[in-house]
Amino acid sequence: MTTVTKEAAGPAPAAPGAFLSVRDLYVRFGTEDGVVKAVDGLSFDLERGSTLGIVGESGSGKSVTNLAVLGLHDPRHTEIAGEILLDGQELTGAGERTLERLRGNKMAMIFQDPLTALSPYYTVGRQIAEPYRKHTGASRREAHRRAVEMLDKVGIPNPRLRAEDYPHQFSGGMRQRAMIAMALVCNPDLLIADEPTTALDVTVQAQILDLLRDLQQEFGSAIVLITHDLGVVAETADDILVMYAGRAVERGSVREVLREPRHPYTWGLLNSMPSLTSDPDEELTPIPGTPPSLLAPPPGCPFHPRCAHTAEVGGNRCSGERPLLPEGRGAACHLTPEQKRRLRTGGATGLPPERHRTEQPGSRPA
Amino acid sequence: MLRFLVRRSLGAVVILLIISALTFFLFYSIPRDPALLACGKNCSPEALEVVRRNMGIDKPVPVQYWEYMVGVFAGRDFAVGPCPAPCLGYSFVDNTPVWKTILDRFPTTVSLAAGAAVVFLTVGLGAGMLAAARRGTLVDKVFSAGSLVVSSLQIYFIGPLAIALFVYQLGWLSQPEYVNLTEDPAGWFAGLLLPWFVLSMIFTANYTRMARSTMIEQLQEDHVRTARAKGMSRPFVFFRYAWRGSLIPIVTIFGVDMGSLFGGAMITEFTFTLPGLGRLAVQSVLNTDLPMLMGVMLFAATAIILCNVLVDAAYAFIDPRVRLS
Amino acid sequence: MKDAGGTSRTADTLPAPRDGGHEPSRGEPLLVAEGLTKHFPVMGGFPFRRQVGAVRAVDGIDLSVGVGESFGLVGESGCGKSTTGRLLTRLLEPTAGRITYRGQDITRARRRQLAPIRPEIQMIFQDPYSSLNPRQTVGTIVGGPMEINGIDPPGGRERRVRELLEIVGLNPEHYNRFPHEFSGGQRQRIGVARALGLQPKIIVADEPVSALDVSIQAQVVNLLHRLRREMGIAFLFIAHDLAVVRHFSQRVAVMYLGKIVEVGDRASIYERPRHPYTHALLSAVPRAALWDDDEAEGDGDGARAGAGRRTGTAPGRGRERIRLAGDVPSPVDPPSGCRFRTRCWKAREKCATQEPPLVRIEGNHEGHLTACHFPEEPTTAARGADVILDPALAAAERDRGPSPAAERDRAPGGDG
Repeated sequence: MTTVTKEAAGPAPAAPGAFLSVRDLYVRFGTEDGVVKAVDGLSFDLERGSTLGIVGESGSGKSVTNLAVLGLHDPRHTEIAGEILLDGQELTGAGERTLERLRGNKMAMIFQDPLTALSPYYTVGRQIAEPYRKHTGASRREAHRRAVEMLDKVGIPNPRLRAEDYPHQFSGGMRQRAMIAMALVCNPDLLIADEPTTALDVTVQAQILDLLRDLQQEFGSAIVLITHDLGVVAETADDILVMYAGRAVERGSVREVLREPRHPYTWGLLNSMPSLTSDPDEELTPIPGTPPSLLAPPPGCPFHPRCAHTAEVGGNRCSGERPLLPEGRGAACHLTPEQKRRLRTGGATGLPPERHRTEQPGSRPA
Repeated sequence: MLRFLVRRSLGAVVILLIISALTFFLFYSIPRDPALLACGKNCSPEALEVVRRNMGIDKPVPVQYWEYMVGVFAGRDFAVGPCPAPCLGYSFVDNTPVWKTILDRFPTTVSLAAGAAVVFLTVGLGAGMLAAARRGTLVDKVFSAGSLVVSSLQIYFIGPLAIALFVYQLGWLSQPEYVNLTEDPAGWFAGLLLPWFVLSMIFTANYTRMARSTMIEQLQEDHVRTARAKGMSRPFVFFRYAWRGSLIPIVTIFGVDMGSLFGGAMITEFTFTLPGLGRLAVQSVLNTDLPMLMGVMLFAATAIILCNVLVDAAYAFIDPRVRLS
Repeated sequence: MKDAGGTSRTADTLPAPRDGGHEPSRGEPLLVAEGLTKHFPVMGGFPFRRQVGAVRAVDGIDLSVGVGESFGLVGESGCGKSTTGRLLTRLLEPTAGRITYRGQDITRARRRQLAPIRPEIQMIFQDPYSSLNPRQTVGTIVGGPMEINGIDPPGGRERRVRELLEIVGLNPEHYNRFPHEFSGGQRQRIGVARALGLQPKIIVADEPVSALDVSIQAQVVNLLHRLRREMGIAFLFIAHDLAVVRHFSQRVAVMYLGKIVEVGDRASIYERPRHPYTHALLSAVPRAALWDDDEAEGDGDGARAGAGRRTGTAPGRGRERIRLAGDVPSPVDPPSGCRFRTRCWKAREKCATQEPPLVRIEGNHEGHLTACHFPEEPTTAARGADVILDPALAAAERDRGPSPAAERDRAPGGDG
């Protein structure tokens, strides 16, 4: 692992009380075409028992970040620099043994596609019991009992019987429940859920999200929820981190970010999302262009080629100077608060001026 | 599962019937009369008729086929004596019972094939898995290049070379020979060591490459990553999760290779002059010995089909999705 | 190579639709399906394999797409919406039922009879990566179907292809490039250009944006919108995302296990749904808008008043919260009577014995049909008590009292 030169100012120290603290993380992959800067100087903190929603599109680095936290990246092609502190313990340079003891025990992960993420060759019960045996030293019988208990907890009917089933005998929603049971079996302090409901149907997604929230209260785990869907974050998370091209561009509580987004990319995301409450006859406002290649990300602000407000900032500042994301609530953008306020004359929604949705006739009886 | 096996076995019977019929009718399309050969130089038409009747080839071909098949299942009587089921007839050449000759010869072929399979599965899969685990390192590169070279060799080329080297030059091994396993296990082993080595050579190379590529594929599966995310150790994940998945393609290819393994065994018999089924088959073709040829064909086909049914059963054993659907 | 500028370039005007013959006017039925059914055989049995059952993917549905209309088909996986699209484009042979295109029965039409109609009914697929031949250039992909169908535009095919690329917002210079040089959104545009080259009257779009990133989705949805508006192309828009469908479709049908359970104009379906399943679907959509909660938590500050994006919520009322149990049952052996009854909180004996007809029930607007014996109130506002059918959720919430989320979504003091 070689060191990566760090840009800009050094990282601020980890916030006190933070349970997971990622400081100035860089992840780079060597590929045939060149070096992919998958994560480019990312910092965030997560407190015990709270949920952080990491929002971004494909290639924003949100999944890579979390694989790096667990140390599941391919070490031969990956360079990692920065700090990942889990409960004060440094993970970036940690040995395989140390990580193995933490994985599935103190930190666990739920993957997107429960069909491919569960092994087709072993029973669900066995796959859930496996990490429990490994981390607690429980007997085979104890571990099995625990697996059945977990299946019951995540709402699998007839858990004793279903524990003997193979994943392909489960429906999509049940597989994801089994996956959750597996992740929570050792009572982890940190749960990373990577698009946990993207492969599921809407009604099942709603069940799973609520279940995750309920289980979090019971287990007290901190959750990192990775998703492309702002709606999912809104319903589940406490805080939001918006990522774009390997960098965090905005951070704040769910309420702050969704009600008063401060980064033009967040504005764009909100405006391009059709919702059940917006005026359906009005065109959506897409973000023009496509996300940048991470082989050669744009200089300065990575969003500037797609941003409508670079002229407002003036000069070549957006393409020349990388905006920094302040600690706590804030956005990595050169626009001044006054400029943003002016651009969002619509009020608190963060809409650019060209976009005012008209009031729609009341849809519900008053 | 049981249903599946029964259905497969029924299919196997159909295939065997087709093979036997094809062999039978093809044999009679050869413009050579086995009776004429058996009758000798000074053969009168009357004598020829007697020979024909004794050989059971005086009737129309379809009737002969029918009688032959009845004999296989129920036994039949020949001029030379009764022949209990499974009756494969008597050799045209020396009137020995075919079944007995085959029972006599097949242990050589099976020993050859099975021994070689053990060698190439162990060495090939081992090397392939090691290459996959050490992907990109020197070990991987050496194995990959080596397997490419070895897979282009042929039995009748390396066979004599191996004898020249190990038997005559170095004197490490004696001339290959077949000794009955039950009589002298050590002799059996020593006598077949060189043929095994030669026969398994090409297969080893192929299995190394295949094991490497399927393992690499499996190691990138989502569920393998999940297992690592659970904190399972690298070796555990490698053997429990990735290896299990790579078994399916390997077993598939192994089933397909069954035919060429027997074929290879027969060539090896020739190369090392071992008394197996392969030499028996070639001799019976040269001698226009229909019963012997039919016997060997049916026996070999049954063996190969049986192995394939076992392979299918192995799928179900390996993959619960096959077993439980 | 990705060209960030290329995608946003769009032509201002669209060419007029091909003339010739009778042009049906807007509103007239264009593509009609009656009793459309598709059963995929399930093989099995012993000792010889035979058909032992059927996946009843589509089981007798009626629908009609008018000229220039956009008709949305929503439902969860396995409801038969994609199969319906493939049946209507005659990519699959229906088991039963009738498909008419401009009054002409095409259900059993042969290849040759279909030939003049095929170009008019086009399809856009979900996966922009696998639906384009990687060895063909964009020019061949878009121009090839024109050649096959003998379409000779004035000025030549190449010129027309370049024009089409411009219409869908791609750089005409990319004529000779290969699909792998484009991003997902751009590939979907190539698929749209390919369909447009044949001057279709109707495009069946099967999940056209669900494989795309959020910011790109809107680009493609807007493009399709524009094609419909300016070229008068009708759309059958198949999707699982209720918000996208709402945005694109004038009329919407909700499918469940091979049946249409509710159909109507957009406002009826989204604001006055009657079928419990439609209620459940709508309530399950996660929403990025938080204004309901402000009310519930008593902090509806001034910001809300200026929120142009947020409309139509009566003060003091959140949305209803319905959490179904389990997944959709197998279409091999669907429940008797009403297919939704196994997951429905209102199910009674009648639902198991009688299949509810798809009819206009009392209180519905015209054209709003619902297949339910015991329909819900025509509102999506929060009800007295949440409907929680999921046993694990119900248990968790009973043990601990309502979760903060439940409180968030509930009307204050409205707990029952």
